[in-house]
Amino acid sequence: MKTYDHEEALLKGLAANDSNSIETIYRENYLAIQAFIVKNSGHPDDARDIFQEAMIVLFEKAKSSSFTLSCQLQTYLYSICRRLWLKKLQRQNRLGREIEPDHQVVAVEDEISLHEKMNSDIVLMENAMMKLGEPCKSLLEAFYIEKRSMPEIAALFGYTNADNAKTQKYKCLVRLKKIFFTHYKNTD
Amino acid sequence: MEENLLLDAIERYRNGEMSDEEKISFEELRKINSNIDKIVVDHNFFLDELERMSDLKSLKHNLDNVESKLINEGFIPHNGGKAKSKVIFLWNKYRRTIAVAAAIAGVVSLSTASLISKYSENKKVGVITPLVDNKLNQFEHKLNQIEHKLNDATLASAKPKFEANFRATGFLVDGNGYIITNAHVVQNAKNLIVENKKGDQFYASPVYSNITTDLAILKITDSLFKKVNELPYTFTKSSAELAEPIFTLGYPREEVVYGEGYLSAKSGYYGDTTSYQISISVNPGNSGGPVIDKDGEIIGIISSKETNADGVVFAIKSKNIYNALREIKKDNDINIKLPTRNSLKDLSRVKQIKKLEDFIYKVKGN
Repeated sequence: MKTYDHEEALLKGLAANDSNSIETIYRENYLAIQAFIVKNSGHPDDARDIFQEAMIVLFEKAKSSSFTLSCQLQTYLYSICRRLWLKKLQRQNRLGREIEPDHQVVAVEDEISLHEKMNSDIVLMENAMMKLGEPCKSLLEAFYIEKRSMPEIAALFGYTNADNAKTQKYKCLVRLKKIFFTHYKNTD
Repeated sequence: MEENLLLDAIERYRNGEMSDEEKISFEELRKINSNIDKIVVDHNFFLDELERMSDLKSLKHNLDNVESKLINEGFIPHNGGKAKSKVIFLWNKYRRTIAVAAAIAGVVSLSTASLISKYSENKKVGVITPLVDNKLNQFEHKLNQIEHKLNDATLASAKPKFEANFRATGFLVDGNGYIITNAHVVQNAKNLIVENKKGDQFYASPVYSNITTDLAILKITDSLFKKVNELPYTFTKSSAELAEPIFTLGYPREEVVYGEGYLSAKSGYYGDTTSYQISISVNPGNSGGPVIDKDGEIIGIISSKETNADGVVFAIKSKNIYNALREIKKDNDINIKLPTRNSLKDLSRVKQIKKLEDFIYKVKGN
């Protein structure tokens, strides 16, 4: 079970956002995906986009504790890329016929619809952040994304002490939540 | 309990910063008060989303790094120009984003996330007209050719059998034959020719093209081209001011056309901070033309106009040219030097144009 261990390790690495693991996954899989996409009326640039998106799907899966790989990583990635590519062709109305897989595939529809839902939530969050404006946006990013401490943030943004920064952060957070949930509820 | 204290408590509970005692009373509180319980659930969901966004950002960053490393290594094959299908792809991919963004009214500032600049770029595809003239007036062209032949019978100007199907504008950024124009001008062209005011034509090929910033740089490959020692204009890195008077030269016709206007906004379409909105009269063919201030400093490059409004034109800020040159240096090891001396300052407009117009080119292709 050497490959299994190897692939489990890669997935753990991916979940931890480790660039060496990401690079290995690219090296072991990218060219096969590109060959598939180019063969099915795509451009190498399309292959890069599809592969990145598949990596994001895989990342989301790898992060959930319940996930174990039920087939080879290569098969899994191929299945996701194939599905993403079919969807893309369908959106462009370019699909005349079902693409015959030249490789073993597994069902990945659930993953992909979950990914799409998550994607649109993220977009909502990014848009809410944009709408929020400065300095709120940077302040919240510093705390929630860059994980800086309150005293650090106070110094960075010129507040006299951490408590003031915290109050400001709270106000910003309430505004962000309001924007986010308004649109989240509207789109549901 | 006040809401800020509650939110603070939720975050401390989440991050494991509570003492056991505090934890128990917090859990108790949730049980007995359903309102509080709901706030906790909502806030946790919200924090999950924030966390996920942050995770995805760093993942995307890593993916991009690995990808460019593998491209540099030659493991992933790379072709410079991006195909048209790419634009359609991005358009489709982010169509949903656009719908959502449109729902949030008045999105003003652009985040640095590539996602956002891509979607803004793609909106240009839908609502904005790129200013390339695809309906070339062949008659006017022929007339011009004849005129040029009469003027300068010795010059072998027209390239044999070159039937262009679009025309735009470009101008020299480096006297060694580097011309800047828009990426949308050259993205689907098989052959490119640039032509100066006198009608001399030179073959050129793209050395750089970036659909996101909509900038492309061409190199004149023709041996007939003579190096220019000194260009009269410079490129500003700083931001231009509102209401600043500006002018442009370009080729909406076969003949060079002058236009003037003013800077109307410091950001472009849908708050795109990499461009300006200017008010000027332009037409298909003006794409890629310089936007010049009164001192002869180039502040931007004309790229598109809003389809349903008059005089709403977008120009890419000059600052982006510096970034493009850095990328070219890195990727292709070509050193393009922007002119450093401005000899247009304090001249009358007529004299400025006389000095400038030789360096503004028609970009044609098929």
